[in-house]
Amino acid sequence: MNALSITGLVKTYGDSVHALKGIDLDVLEGDFFALLGPNGAGKSTIIGIICSLVNKSAGSVQVFGHDIDVETEAAKASIGLVPQEFNFNVFEPVLPTLLNVAGYNGINRQVALKRAEYYLKKLDLWEKRRTPARQLSGGMKRRLMIARALIHEPRLLILDEPTAGVDLEIRRSMWDFFSELNKQHGTTIILTTHYLEEAEAMCRNVAIIDGGKIVEQGDVAQLLSRSMQETFVLDTRANPEQVPQLSPFVVRLLDQNRLEVDVPKGHTLNDMFHRLSDTGIEVTSLRNKTNRLEEFFMRLVNSQSEKLQ
Amino acid sequence: MSLNTDSQVQATDGNDLPEAPARQKLDLLSVNRIAFHTIVRKEIRRFARIWVQTIVPPSINAVLYMLIFGSLIGSRISDMGGFRYIDFIVPGIIMMAVIINSYANVVSSFFSSKMQNYIEELLVSPVSNITILVGYVMGGMARGLMVGSLVAMVSLLFSDIRPVYPLITIVVAILTSMMFSLGGLINAVFAKSFDDISIVPNFILTPLTYLGGVFYSISMLPPLWQSVSLFNPMLYMVNGFRYGILGASDIPIWTSFIVILTFILIMGTVAMVLLNRGVGIKH
Repeated sequence: MNALSITGLVKTYGDSVHALKGIDLDVLEGDFFALLGPNGAGKSTIIGIICSLVNKSAGSVQVFGHDIDVETEAAKASIGLVPQEFNFNVFEPVLPTLLNVAGYNGINRQVALKRAEYYLKKLDLWEKRRTPARQLSGGMKRRLMIARALIHEPRLLILDEPTAGVDLEIRRSMWDFFSELNKQHGTTIILTTHYLEEAEAMCRNVAIIDGGKIVEQGDVAQLLSRSMQETFVLDTRANPEQVPQLSPFVVRLLDQNRLEVDVPKGHTLNDMFHRLSDTGIEVTSLRNKTNRLEEFFMRLVNSQSEKLQ
Repeated sequence: MSLNTDSQVQATDGNDLPEAPARQKLDLLSVNRIAFHTIVRKEIRRFARIWVQTIVPPSINAVLYMLIFGSLIGSRISDMGGFRYIDFIVPGIIMMAVIINSYANVVSSFFSSKMQNYIEELLVSPVSNITILVGYVMGGMARGLMVGSLVAMVSLLFSDIRPVYPLITIVVAILTSMMFSLGGLINAVFAKSFDDISIVPNFILTPLTYLGGVFYSISMLPPLWQSVSLFNPMLYMVNGFRYGILGASDIPIWTSFIVILTFILIMGTVAMVLLNRGVGIKH
């Protein structure tokens, strides 16, 4: 069963701003799905329409088979949203914020109290339960929005840049938390993020949206296998006097002890090391220049812009 | 700092929570009943938490009105409509408190939820628009009627009147607070800034209330101004309430009821259409 089915989704602001130009998208139940795209691509508009915060111009959206225009309540009951911007009452303490949202979702107070305690403890906010939301740090505010989105235990969790502005340690913990939620509870998760290593680490499927259209979608591993090359940064022991010519590998000298090497698809790192050894260069360490999904994403988005020009 | 693992997380009763997400059929009636209670409780908690801003000032205002216009100046004014002046103005002052506080509660609460975007908590939930509307209106009515009751209690210091028709008094107060709560919601839907939520109370509600027979009987006015006054909806509420308390009014009681109910019907319909279309709250 599809957790989400979007067909021919169009959103036009006024007469001239075409935010979405006919989006078709399916997300399977239980999937961890990344919706990626540059700023202004239309990701938040899609999320807004799914959650009934934005009126669509055309098309249909179904959440677990419930059409958002026909079975609006059933569709909404299945969704938990962690939006990009903070959107809670800053004067309300943490616990009542959760209890209110539980109430809006028809959860009685006893169950709501128990769930609130669980999620606040899980997200390390229990000690702050009586603190007004405005007094929380940025990371705590993000976690409050996550707890709030989960209080009614939705089947589909939509995370719109959930780790923006969160320190690295908490971000990694959140990854584990979301992965656990997906694997143990079977919660379908749709994630938008600008940290592409986040999407690569957690998501099984991805759609890339640009200019209001989906330009690529599929299995993350398959998409990455289509990458034409990977770029590595190598730390070297010797100091290469000139840039070695190692065709088909393209090598650039970054500084005295660092080289950047493009490895085309079909060639192995072993080939590269052999060629480097032949020229007397010893490699002490290596890393990807950017993460693979990021590289794929950048190439795709750049080629889209070139097409438009 | 890191997030807690399941083994570190236990509810106070010792039971781990992790349950599978609810898969049972959605009971919309139950959802809306609980959501309604939640909205009303939240609204009452909101104005109760800031009682220094919401409850005290209108009560002090009413005391000042009764002290200055009723006791000090009023003692030098002859009877009005056959009643002592202080007795004549008390129903109007109570009604003024009900009107302004019902309106102010909904307009400020709903507008704040728009400005801070936490109206989205409701919009993404399975709660129906009619529940949202009735919940906010009940919150406004609770504040309007609470402040009205406080003012009524304070008025006992200045006047010894008792309602002649208690049921009419209560019903007019309830319907009026409902009507102005609806007005507050409509204002909040259209408002884009804090200026927009103060324009209506300052430049429309207050003048209309003053000109709606709170401090005088329209029978004192020249015929032309008596006719003009009949277009002021406040006249019907103030006089309906005065009829309940004093048993006398410039307007027949059934006319008051018809006008109030008509306004409630129109404003309720407008508010529902606005919410259903998402005007001011959806993109």
